[in-house]
Amino acid sequence: MNDVAIIGVGQNTFVRFYPGSVRELAFEGFSDSLGHAGITAADIDASVVCSAPEYDLQRSSAGVFAEYLGLNPGPTFYVETLCSSGSTGLKLAYSLVKSGLHDVVAVVGFQKMSEISSAETQERMGRGADIQWESPFGTMMPAYYAMYARAHMDAYGTTPEDLAAIRVKAATYGQLNDRAVYRKAVTAEMFTDPENMISGSVASPLRVGDCCANADGSSCIIVASAEKTKSFCDKPVWIRGLGSASAPVNLAGRDLFTGLAVARQAASQAYKMAGVGPKDIDVAEVHDCFTIAEMMAYEDLGFAGPGEGRDLINGKETYLDGSIPVNVDGGLLSKGHPIGATGGSQIRTMVLQLRGEAGEIQVPDAAVGLVHNIGGVGLYGNVTILAR
Amino acid sequence: MGKKKEKDERFRKFGTVSFTGTTRVNDFIDHLEQGRVTGTRCESCGKAFFPPRADCCACRLSKMEWFDVQGTGRLVTYSTLAFGPKGFEGDLPYTIALVDYGEYKIFGRIAAGIAESDLVIGMTLETKTNPLADGRINYVFHKA
Ligand SMILES: [Zn+2]
Repeated sequence: MNDVAIIGVGQNTFVRFYPGSVRELAFEGFSDSLGHAGITAADIDASVVCSAPEYDLQRSSAGVFAEYLGLNPGPTFYVETLCSSGSTGLKLAYSLVKSGLHDVVAVVGFQKMSEISSAETQERMGRGADIQWESPFGTMMPAYYAMYARAHMDAYGTTPEDLAAIRVKAATYGQLNDRAVYRKAVTAEMFTDPENMISGSVASPLRVGDCCANADGSSCIIVASAEKTKSFCDKPVWIRGLGSASAPVNLAGRDLFTGLAVARQAASQAYKMAGVGPKDIDVAEVHDCFTIAEMMAYEDLGFAGPGEGRDLINGKETYLDGSIPVNVDGGLLSKGHPIGATGGSQIRTMVLQLRGEAGEIQVPDAAVGLVHNIGGVGLYGNVTILAR
Repeated sequence: MGKKKEKDERFRKFGTVSFTGTTRVNDFIDHLEQGRVTGTRCESCGKAFFPPRADCCACRLSKMEWFDVQGTGRLVTYSTLAFGPKGFEGDLPYTIALVDYGEYKIFGRIAAGIAESDLVIGMTLETKTNPLADGRINYVFHKA
């Protein structure tokens, strides 16, 4: 049997401003994963490094990290699919192990968004999509997701209050996550209080409370062959389904605005590969960079029918004791979103759930979990299904 | 499609801030200056492209003819920004939108002066060239 398992996961405590270099930041997530796996750097054959390079000053970070993390002379590979780089890295690591090229691979995700000035960040944000045909109109990430929110509201009657309910859920669990940046309570009332910053418009209909915050962070996932897993790990989590897809960057090239085509395609591939369906998923981590993104994920992943995502959140079905707990680690909305580290952080939460190590947010008897990780505004989509 | 010998950076004029200057569909800028919003059509398969493309990936051919965007399209979705990227601060607030012409869609901005409260998804809009300060230019959507 040539199965591939995750034998260890780690991440640092996500922060607004990390007081160290990118290699030191990467070390934190990496070291945490080694401790979790109970192995050393010498046990790792190869590494995959994931980030969005426009925030990096260091060129070719993979080569720099390989030395700092003690992984020389093993080969290292760099991957980038914006915010879903971590899941893409996992897919590459799976392929490297499944093919027999390597036995143990570390997937290191990182982003130090504070590495560049806030003026530079503002400039990067302007180049977040099609720089030739969209950016000259003054586009921003929140505005693109806002356009999906507007279309979803028009098609299904989804309301700003339904979206706020997703943030309230995220904050409920973010308060319990000691690795999260934002750990304060958020209430529905804060969204309607004009004095509260949460209620301010960012890009209509999205408000400040609908958006996740930037962060500095690192994560690491250790992937191993079945044989190595036998010797290293007594609680392996197996990679059962991997789906991924791409879509036109310019919205003019798309047909669907009430959901993300890449998420639907990736989910369908992952479900098929794993031989399971939405009803078999015990717990999910979805890419909630904005509240509307989680709402669409409910529907794109088949947890709710089209337009029925609002019933799922308003019925509290995605809370810990609901029928399909989603983002009970607080999600990106609470943890913060250090682009290259985000996918690894989602996978980490899922592995802890499936090993029964999730503490206060443990979903009882979780056996099958799903991770949905989106790059850009549905430019890249990754869905991963894990099982114990 | 470029016709000048020196570095052709006509595309630098596109929008409030442009991020790239060189493209083989630079004639698009000349058309805007003539009051025309144009796309390209593959001479082999007839597929219409907006934004204009220099190459048809289906036919692997680069023979394109220009066509004029005419008539009206339907508002697909929109958003009004309260914050903008660097260089767009003076335009705020502004509304970006997607308009469906059937054969193709156009991403752009709603004309200044149209209130967000006047917008309804599905309404008909037309696309017109829109000269900006300092010789810059783009296109915007007007009520039909
Ligand atoms: Zn063609």
